This record gives sequence, C-alpha cells and structure tokens, in this order.
Amino acid sequence: MNDSRYIITGLIVFIVLVTFPFWANAGKAAPAPAPSLDTPAIQQLPEKQCVEATAYMRTDHMKLLDEWRTQVVREGKRIYVASNGKEYEMSLEKTCLECHSSKAQFCDQCHNYLDVQPDCWTCHIEPKENK
Amino acid sequence: MGMAFSFLIVVALIMVVTLGVGVAGLQYMFGVIIPYAAIAIFLAGMAYRVIKWARAPVPFRIPTTAGQQKSLPWIKASTFDNPSSTAGVIGRMALEVLFFRSLLRNTKMELHQGPRLAYHWEKWLWLGGLLFHWSFLIIFLRHLRFFTEPVPSFVSRLEGIDGFFRFGVQGLYITDIIILVAVTYLFLRRVVIPQVRYISLPADYFPLFLILGIASTGILMRYFFRVDITAVKELTIGLVTFSPRVPEGVGILFYIHLFLVCILGAYFPFSKLVHMGGIFLSPTRNLPNDSRARRHINPWNYPVKVHTYEEYEEEFREKMKMAGLPVEKG
Repeated sequence: MNDSRYIITGLIVFIVLVTFPFWANAGKAAPAPAPSLDTPAIQQLPEKQCVEATAYMRTDHMKLLDEWRTQVVREGKRIYVASNGKEYEMSLEKTCLECHSSKAQFCDQCHNYLDVQPDCWTCHIEPKENK
Repeated sequence: MGMAFSFLIVVALIMVVTLGVGVAGLQYMFGVIIPYAAIAIFLAGMAYRVIKWARAPVPFRIPTTAGQQKSLPWIKASTFDNPSSTAGVIGRMALEVLFFRSLLRNTKMELHQGPRLAYHWEKWLWLGGLLFHWSFLIIFLRHLRFFTEPVPSFVSRLEGIDGFFRFGVQGLYITDIIILVAVTYLFLRRVVIPQVRYISLPADYFPLFLILGIASTGILMRYFFRVDITAVKELTIGLVTFSPRVPEGVGILFYIHLFLVCILGAYFPFSKLVHMGGIFLSPTRNLPNDSRARRHINPWNYPVKVHTYEEYEEEFREKMKMAGLPVEKG
C-alpha cells in the first residue's frame, strides 16, 4: 500500500535508463562521416571508380577484403578480376591504400563512428599519415 | 493452430514492410514515424501497467515460503528462500531477476512402473531461459553503438568480449548464436512436450517467432547480406537527436529488422513480455515473511460494530434472571 514511492522511483529509473540515447545525445550534432576523396592518387584517376561500385564497397568491403585475404594467403592468387573486367592486384597496401592513402579519412572515420574495431593493422603496416 | 496463426502474423508483418518500403517507398513511415510511435507506446504502456499494478492493494505479506522461516536462534533460517528482512528480500529478488532462481527449482514429475512416483531435476528450461535473456540483454546493450555518438566505452568493451571469435575478418558475436539456439529451444519445447503444447497459446508463439525474426534478420544483415551500416547509423542518430532523416540506399533487410523491433516494443507492455516489469512487483517474491514478527493491520478495515457478551448481559440481566438463566455478575 505504501510502496508507491518505491515503485514510482523504480519506474522513473527504468524510463531514464531506456531513454539513455535520447538524453545522452541531446543537443549534440553527430554528423555522418563524409570521407574526402581528395588524395593525389584519386585526383589523377581518369574515372573515380574503386575496384567495385561505390554502393557495394560501402556495404561489402570487409567481405571483399576477407575474400582477397583467402585468395592471396591460402590460394596464392594475386590477381582480382573486377565485375567490369578490370584486373587489380589483391593487396591492401599496394592497391587499396594507393588511392585511399589516408587511414584517418577512409578507415577511422566510419569505423570510429560505428565503433568497429577491425584487426587489419595487427599484421599490415599502418600507413604513415599524410594530412 | 496458435502456432500457424502466430507464424502467419509474423510473415504478414514482414510482407507489410517489404511492400511498404520496397514497392511503395514509405521509407519515412517505416524509418521514422513507426519507430517514434513504438517508443512512445512502449514507454507509456510500461508506465501504465506498472502504475496500475502499484494501485493494487497488498495489505498482507504473501511471500512464497520455500525454506525455514526465521524462528528460534538455534534453528537455521533460510535467508533467501524465506526472507525475514529487507536485505533478504533484496537478495532474493536479485537472484530471481538475474539468475531465475525459482526456475532452477523446476522439477519434472513422472510415474514409473510399480507404480512409483519420481521427481527429476529439470534444468533445461532454466538454462534456455537464462541464455536467452542474457543474450538479449547483451545484444540490446551492444546496439547502443547505433544510438550514441561517441559510443560509450562500456559498449565497446562489451562488443570486444562478445566478438571474441571471428567470422572471416569480422567479429562473430557469440550472443548471436546463443540467442538463436535458445529461442529455437524455447520454441521446440512448446512443440515437442505434449503438456506444454496443450497450454501454449498464440500469445506464447508470437513473441518467439517475432524474436526469431528479429535475430535472424539482424544476423543476415551483419554477416551475409550487408546493408550500408553508416547510413543506418545516420538514421538512428537522427531519431535520437530528434532531427530525423532517411538516408538513401539502406537495404530492405534493415527496414524489416527495424519494423519487427518496433512491433515487439509496441506489443511489449500489453503482452506476457511485460514480466520484465512484473517480476519486480511480484508480492510472492518481494515481501519479507515477517507476519509473525510484526502485526499487519489491513489499512482499510472499517470499525466493526461489536456487541460483547458483557454488554449483552448488561442489557438483558434482569430478563435472564427472571427466566432463570445463569449470569456472570450478580
């Protein structure tokens, strides 16, 4: 009968906890990452096109890298034939980082935004940052 | 019957969102309006249910006693199974909420040849339930990475532990597998055990199918048919900062996932799932057994008009004497 104050307190605590994202982000602008394509290698490209289409790269780059890793390390194949017929060397450091030379722009921005912690750099050499 | 009905409802819900987003292009409807409505219904519904429970009078102690009550000092009392103090109740509630202690006591009764009655330990339901609930909680907390910017460190740590194993180059969340196995078990148990099947209603199957749908779309989206996760976070952050925007090119799988979650949230307060709040308000668990130590008086007892024997005799003494009846006072 006289437990209402405990129950209401509990209810308020619950609602505050559940709405955590609403008040934790209140008044903060959290702009989506917008990687700048302005690197020397990209500027020199006649057609600004990654190994596959942009939409595919945005969603599936990790699967492509996984596939490349399997092909190179386990099968010993080094040439990737893209869906448009172009050939690329399957290499993170030589092919990907050639254009996407800024790790801060092309890796960290989105990975930090989404709190993704890939372990690429436990084996690969982290590129020297050229800002 | 109930099973097919619940299954068809979940299928129909998936059809609705697939047609709505895929054909009619109602991204704003399914990405913004329905999520807001679902959150509002969830919060208001939970508050309504809890306040309604809080108004129900509980004048007396009615705990389930599952152990020795506190008695003479040389009799060992059972602190958690028959708590006599607030501390004992807190311990009992904590064990109940976090580890489902009363479910651990579950037994199965069987009649053997003889006839001989036997009670078995039955821990599978407890184990399945525990794994399911804990996985759900961890998955729920992990999703905070989509709703906060910057992401709190405890979420990252949780992800790190949960994603200890690898799937390709990605972290494989162990809770993703556990929740699928646990929900499948909880479902199969309803189908396979005849007694449980007999008492299962559509309201039992529906949440299971819904959660199974949510978990599988989530897993498909993460490991197999990727969606643009950056755009997803743009949408979710837009929701929590009240500046909703629907980015282009988020896959249909995401909208199915989100819509099923919205349905779950809106359905939650009005279904058996509200045991999340109800467990805290169970009078058989959250009251100390102190009826013998303390007198509990029903607060709305009205004054009862009594007529004691003394008063009766006062009133009728002369008449009683005349009739030759014995009286107490001369």
